[in-house]
Amino acid sequence: MEDKDVLIHITDRDGVSHQVNAPTDMNMNLMEVIRLYELAPEGTLGVCGGMAMCASCQCYIDSDHQLAQISDDESAMLGEAFHVLDSSRLSCQIPIDGSLSGLKLTMAPQE
Amino acid sequence: MIKTDILIIGAGPTGLFTVFEAGLLKLKCHLIDALPQPGGQCSEIYPKKPIYDIPAFPEILAGDLVDNLMKQIQPFQPGFTLGERAQSIQTQDDGSFIVTTNKGTKHHAPIVAIAGGLGSFEPRKPPIPNIADFEDKGVEYIIRDPELYRDKDVVIAGGGDSALDWSIFLTDVASSVTLVHRRNEFRGALDSVEKVQELKNQSKIQLITPGEVVGIVGEKQLTGVTIKQADDVFEKPCDHFIPLFGLAPKLGPIADWGLEIEKNAIKVDNTLDYQTNIPGIYAIGDVNTYPGKLKLILCGFHEATLMCQSAYKRIFPDKRHVMKYTTVGGVEGFDGSKKQAPKAVVKAIN
Repeated sequence: MEDKDVLIHITDRDGVSHQVNAPTDMNMNLMEVIRLYELAPEGTLGVCGGMAMCASCQCYIDSDHQLAQISDDESAMLGEAFHVLDSSRLSCQIPIDGSLSGLKLTMAPQE
Repeated sequence: MIKTDILIIGAGPTGLFTVFEAGLLKLKCHLIDALPQPGGQCSEIYPKKPIYDIPAFPEILAGDLVDNLMKQIQPFQPGFTLGERAQSIQTQDDGSFIVTTNKGTKHHAPIVAIAGGLGSFEPRKPPIPNIADFEDKGVEYIIRDPELYRDKDVVIAGGGDSALDWSIFLTDVASSVTLVHRRNEFRGALDSVEKVQELKNQSKIQLITPGEVVGIVGEKQLTGVTIKQADDVFEKPCDHFIPLFGLAPKLGPIADWGLEIEKNAIKVDNTLDYQTNIPGIYAIGDVNTYPGKLKLILCGFHEATLMCQSAYKRIFPDKRHVMKYTTVGGVEGFDGSKKQAPKAVVKAIN
């Protein structure tokens, strides 16, 4: 693990837990980290590429981290997503930075 | 039977540009797409988003890119089968193919180029337990004929443009229109949102927000829906329930065509021509995979160009052919049009 990495706990759609190192200096978002570690089949995550225009990267935040605020785009998309909980976020809208250290999330079921 | 040289499955940017490259080689193309308009994701998901990595375009809206491609390929008069999904493929004795759509339209070509992106767009279906039992029995995900709803009680769910626009349209057709959305906010065009507000004020649309359809009521035919609003769950009698949550791509029937699939994409020979394991069938753009693959529009353009050269050799194995620059050969359309660089003006100085 490099100094610039943060440790993130991800539970995939099959309920399997993974601990992954996410780089904070690569301008990545959470969806891209999930994709980087191939925790979801290709074509089932980040279908729109990360524009908050589909809900394929929805996840549930299981820890108390303060995350980037929900934009109008993200809020509108979550308004039309399925399996939405209070803790739902679109992982493509959460940039990786040092504040995410120890973050726990569960990927929402595939639509 | 529609006959062509290259049958392209998918009318996204890669499929459209294939028409141009094929046209330079005097090959005719026909495109099939499940969406009712060309452009693929660029038209369906993000037409107003700027793209910054199209060579020579510092910035271009996805919708404008599609418009430009349509203009660029116009001289080559491509055919289109839109609103139909390529369903099955049969290899003929001579190695050519017949591709049939879900509506039964048949296409015959010696070459098939799959440029299907992430797959064909299909309606997103809400996870309501018994909804599948009522499809076409009161539940419709796409409005094909508005007359079906004349003098009926209709419940629409969704918060985007199509939910708003159809709610507005059906107020003049249906007996009653109820729009259910999980939020108070809608993200459709401002005009549409204001119009729905006006119709709500006039009691022509019943708005249930924030609310969610959580169940279907009925035995063989839908007779109502169950709606959850805050802590209240109630039944709303209706004749039709129309969930309009947009479209999402699915690889679909292509996955069963005997092509080698890896990571939800079609494996191709990237060292040569993007041909699949079935000779004569190519896969280009986001739908294919090979070592080092990048799902970028510009990579799709490159793949389409190489694929067309290979297709030409396959169709005309005995013809000798050299690639010609458009600056030299110009563009000669099938419509009789001809574009060519102007000749230099030579004039003597006395």
